[in-house]
Amino acid sequence: MEQQIPSFLLRNDLSVLLDLLVADGYQLHGPQVRDGAITYASISSLSDLPVGYQDQQKPGHYQLAEDHNKRFFHWANGPQALKPLLYPAREVLWQAKRNASGSIQFIVPVQSFEKIAVIGVKACDIAALKLQDQHFLQGEYVDPGYQARREGLLLVAVNCSYAASTCFCVSTGDGPSVESGFDIALTELDEGFLVAAGSEKGERFLTRLPLQNATAQQLDAATQQHETVAAMQTRRLEPIAVGQLNDAREHPQWQDIAERCLACGNCTMVCPTCFCHHQNDELVMKGDESQHIREWDSCFGESHGQLAGFQVRDTIKARYQQWMIHKLDSWQEQYGRSGCTGCGRCMSWCPAEIDFVAEANIIGGADE
Amino acid sequence: MDRKVTLAVHKFSSCDGCQLALLNMGTTLVELAERVEVKHFAEAGVLEEDAQVDVALVEGSVVTAADEQRIQRVRNNSKYLITMGACATSGGIQALKNLAEDPESWTAQIYPQPEFIDSLERSSAIKAYVEVDFELWGCPINSQQITAVVTQLLSGVVPWDDREKLCIECKRRGHVCTLITQDAPCMGPVTRNGCGALCPAFGRACYGCYGDASLPNHSGLAVRFNGLGLLPKQVEQRFTLIHPDPDARLPIGNSDKQRHREGQADE
Repeated sequence: MEQQIPSFLLRNDLSVLLDLLVADGYQLHGPQVRDGAITYASISSLSDLPVGYQDQQKPGHYQLAEDHNKRFFHWANGPQALKPLLYPAREVLWQAKRNASGSIQFIVPVQSFEKIAVIGVKACDIAALKLQDQHFLQGEYVDPGYQARREGLLLVAVNCSYAASTCFCVSTGDGPSVESGFDIALTELDEGFLVAAGSEKGERFLTRLPLQNATAQQLDAATQQHETVAAMQTRRLEPIAVGQLNDAREHPQWQDIAERCLACGNCTMVCPTCFCHHQNDELVMKGDESQHIREWDSCFGESHGQLAGFQVRDTIKARYQQWMIHKLDSWQEQYGRSGCTGCGRCMSWCPAEIDFVAEANIIGGADE
Repeated sequence: MDRKVTLAVHKFSSCDGCQLALLNMGTTLVELAERVEVKHFAEAGVLEEDAQVDVALVEGSVVTAADEQRIQRVRNNSKYLITMGACATSGGIQALKNLAEDPESWTAQIYPQPEFIDSLERSSAIKAYVEVDFELWGCPINSQQITAVVTQLLSGVVPWDDREKLCIECKRRGHVCTLITQDAPCMGPVTRNGCGALCPAFGRACYGCYGDASLPNHSGLAVRFNGLGLLPKQVEQRFTLIHPDPDARLPIGNSDKQRHREGQADE
């Protein structure tokens, strides 16, 4: 679809878009303040959105502050965005039942196909979604659950007007503004939004919105905002060539990290592109029924490296290497690009305050 | 199978909370009773302490000379012995006495007639005395752990010992991290999962009742606790709240017994 000149929507008319989405059968999902963080969950109206909140982030720290502005989306991100929605942390893949005759019946759960519209998706998370799509939909085997949920998804993206100190999407080429992969994109200005369609699906809603022609002043303000946010990002992940980190496994910095790293797995759990999982069978006490469960797993956990009878990664150092080398280095051979989209979550939610970007730059040799 | 699998539940020094996790199973308890024959479970009113059983669930720590004798009998009478809860797996909160420099003065401070107290110098985990086949950690354990271990045994498979860190389950459940947002001294990064991240679900920091996860980095977490403003003594207390015995961090197996014997030889 061709890029169009965006139109302007008054601030409170965003509710018209929400109403149209609901009328079209979409459940609304969006950011809100819960337990001191921006989290995505069901919303019913604009009043659920985190108006006037801003996140202060640095490695190992996340605080919400009340901001003087009255914007809906003047924050960077929270611990999760789209991943739990499309790739649930726990999912029943199939059930087995033993009948009275002794035969076993396998039951695949019916995949729900709910229409969900996510309001306020950031560029780093759209970029991460593309990688998850690649993994779950474009390989040799398609994940049917992910596919069903993905088809029902409508994305209302928001270009960032604020960057946390942990943000570095400019250096990964994934933000702060969205370029593709959304249905509708918003640029939030003080008095309202610049609105653009990114798909036919999105365009159908735009034609029914009370839009005005955007003024040259508004377009300038949007450009200015983009440049300001990009300039706010002082953190920068230097380019890493294929094999560059893998060839640096003897670098002393790995051991330094291993002494600080708690191998708690939080970085992988909040990473919007991590997709590792394990599978287990859970039996009911009667013994005639079991559920085959898939759960998020982490390369920092014990089960991830446990092969038949032995552990392939039995030190924190080996596990940290697996995480960083896969994410930034070998991912490129696997998926054609790095697995990092610059959201910074792995740093903010790290209890050991490890600065993933700084460490990668040291091991990659950028800081020498 | 010609006969039902037999089960016994034995209690040593404990609060009975883990036995309650069994009794709280609801309809699952009825289903359990249909699949196994419960030979001994005092809390449920079934008494045959010296019955030979396939599986013994043991709650509580060893703190008296009588306990010392009885745990040997339980071991000899059981094919598969599972310890349940902090007391049985690590000595429990009562193992605080193991840290006391003058334990006898404690007795005098607590009891009006301390001469009636007849206990060992230490509160010890069951594995300090006999071989343990499987451990259920937690203070208390929960019903899901019992269901999982029993159903796996009845299916003829080795139970899965999940030593994953609590953080992983906490994130799966979508809880917001108390350490990162509240500066709370959460033990999750070193603690074994099994509770389903119960405390963080209510905005509370984990206090480590499930004991150590695999590959715990205690010193790394202690550094962060120092950074939160906890004094070294407070950090130590945080780490030893539920599992005060330093030996509690030993893995199960022969090495434990070896170490215990060596410890006794030193005495």
